[in-house]
Amino acid sequence: MQTIEHPLPCLSESDTQGIIKGRDLFGYVGIEAVLDQMRRKTMKAGFEFNIMVVGQSGLGKSTLVNTLFKSKVSRKSCTPNYEEKISKTVHLQSVSHIIEEKGVKMKLTVIDTPGFGDQINNENCWEPIVKYVNEQYEKYLKEELNVNRKRRIPDTRVHCCVYFLPATGHWLRPIDVEFMRRLGKIVSIVPVIAKADTLTLEERLEFKQRIRQDLQANGIRVYPQKEYDEDAEDRILNDKIRENIPFAVVGTDKEHQVNGNKVLGRKTKWGIIEVENVAHCEFALLRDLLIRSHLQDLKDVTHNIHYETYRVKRLNESNANGLALSPLTLENGTLEKSDAESHL
Amino acid sequence: MDTMMLQEKLVEKLLCPRTRTTRQKDKQYVGFATLPNQVHRKSVKKGFDFTLMVAGESGLGKSTLVNSLFLTDLYKDRKLLNAEERINQTVEITKHTVDIEEKGVKLKLTIVDTPGFGDAVNNNECWKPITDYVDQQFEQYFRDESGLNRKNILDNRVHCCLYFIPPFGHGLRPVDVEFMKALHEKVNIIPLISKADCLTPNEVKKLKGRVRDEIEHFGIKVYQFPECDSDEEEEFKQMDKELKECTPFAVIGSNTVVEARGQRVRGRLYPWGIVEVENQSHCDFVKLRNMLIRSHMHDLKDVTCDVHYENYRANCIQEMTSKLAQDNRTDSPLPILPLPTPDGETEKLIKMKDDELKRMQEMLEKMQQQMHEKDQ
Repeated sequence: MQTIEHPLPCLSESDTQGIIKGRDLFGYVGIEAVLDQMRRKTMKAGFEFNIMVVGQSGLGKSTLVNTLFKSKVSRKSCTPNYEEKISKTVHLQSVSHIIEEKGVKMKLTVIDTPGFGDQINNENCWEPIVKYVNEQYEKYLKEELNVNRKRRIPDTRVHCCVYFLPATGHWLRPIDVEFMRRLGKIVSIVPVIAKADTLTLEERLEFKQRIRQDLQANGIRVYPQKEYDEDAEDRILNDKIRENIPFAVVGTDKEHQVNGNKVLGRKTKWGIIEVENVAHCEFALLRDLLIRSHLQDLKDVTHNIHYETYRVKRLNESNANGLALSPLTLENGTLEKSDAESHL
Repeated sequence: MDTMMLQEKLVEKLLCPRTRTTRQKDKQYVGFATLPNQVHRKSVKKGFDFTLMVAGESGLGKSTLVNSLFLTDLYKDRKLLNAEERINQTVEITKHTVDIEEKGVKLKLTIVDTPGFGDAVNNNECWKPITDYVDQQFEQYFRDESGLNRKNILDNRVHCCLYFIPPFGHGLRPVDVEFMKALHEKVNIIPLISKADCLTPNEVKKLKGRVRDEIEHFGIKVYQFPECDSDEEEEFKQMDKELKECTPFAVIGSNTVVEARGQRVRGRLYPWGIVEVENQSHCDFVKLRNMLIRSHMHDLKDVTCDVHYENYRANCIQEMTSKLAQDNRTDSPLPILPLPTPDGETEKLIKMKDDELKRMQEMLEKMQQQMHEKDQ
């Protein structure tokens, strides 16, 4: 009997990109079991997701967040006897909840920005928001540079910022342009058209086209950004999403009977607007983007791109100032006191 | 809809000449009961004019509503600006005039639009160009009224201002309050809730209640419907009461005609249904149109003339007399505005015309004398 020798598949020196396909292996190695292990570990640990909602008062931000996560997670639902008053300054409120589905736990933090764009003079109303985002990056950076690091650094960085545009049907307003220009550089922005049940389908298409033109003309990059598409498959998927941005949404927490089914919708004298019906509004598309398909991608983009940009900038600043990590400088150049860490 | 029919009846009464008077052939019959008839015929010949101002942020449906109200297309050649042009946009005032004729009655309608209001990031004093415009019209009328030739005074005073409140908020915003406070003593303000098709009936009620409360809280004097006379019919009084409780009107406008329930109506077509603009259960558009055009147009003009213009005039005169007293001059018997000093060109023209007039007068005199001599 002849022994047939099969050379073991291995990487040769000249093979820089050797990928050994599963069918070339001798037998079943069990590499794919690592996916199960990962899944079990992450299910035990849980996920964190921080979403910020920005827009003028009355655009339905809290209602939309409640509808997205099918539970009362917004600040409005948490404070009883809530009387809506226009606050004089922009201040940020964050509310955290732990929601669970099929054994997967998620710590969801909703950061609300009441007072944005409500005053007569709205100059610099975006500054508190920029400051907040940078502060979260700073916190994470400090933890990372610590000698005794925690095993899992608590992640309070803003993963996604949903910006609400009023459904005027015309164009982007100057305040929208200013805000998105500034925040598009440090956070992933997802613009949505709020209360879109006031636009007919043709008006909606025209409005979206004009917004996309405006965004391009002003150099504003919204999520998903073209530059971060990793491969062709991603690009095809993201191109489809980009054709539909911004999503026209309608939010509600009330249910009505339609054709014998209970659906989430708004009942008016001329019909019922079904929130989850794709022919009526694009809420389902937004939900799929934010939760079902791109949630992990949002976190990755925040961690790998926005956070890294911030980190590089800060470390360069401190290098210029010597070895110590310099105190945090705000946008307008004033210094803010913070402990200096000398671990570089 | 009973209220609709009653409204029609009232309009008929106002339009048709009173025919009762011709039936009486008494000896005691003097006949001056036909005076309203005569006034009616004269005013029909002269025609009416009405100036309406629309104010509010862009994208609230102001032009669409104006087109729906007067069934015309006043904004055919509107150009939408692009992003860069909009950043530096200031508030401007544009006027569109159109002549409408219906059943022999002519109406010269002027729409004053305020593009750019409330659109910038910093909207401090964005209502100033508007208040300046209203004051300018008053001043021009005052000048014309005090002038020597009063035959053809052009009345450009703003008779009514429709202010559009966005339905997105929870009531009045700071910019709404400031605008209305700046203008409520100069113009009749009628607040409207625009784009009401994004609100459910409950939300409409809540928003109207909040807006009414806030208007009262801030002391804003919006246009009040005049009280009915006690001798009006009971149903008319009921209709009037309903109208008053409905303010501010929640309106929807449309430029398109759609097919609904077998008829062609003005409306908006959505995947979930059709909104009919003229359906009273959908929005208050019909009430607004009836109020603005069919029953209260003349009252709006009267209030402008009698209240707002007189206030302006009194203020103006008071300022002038206090200034004169300060200058230590004797009070002029007639409080008139100083006539605008003509510049060099017009002075020359006036002088030329004066000379011509003198020459013609001399020629006339000569001719008259000649004729006189001939007769003798």
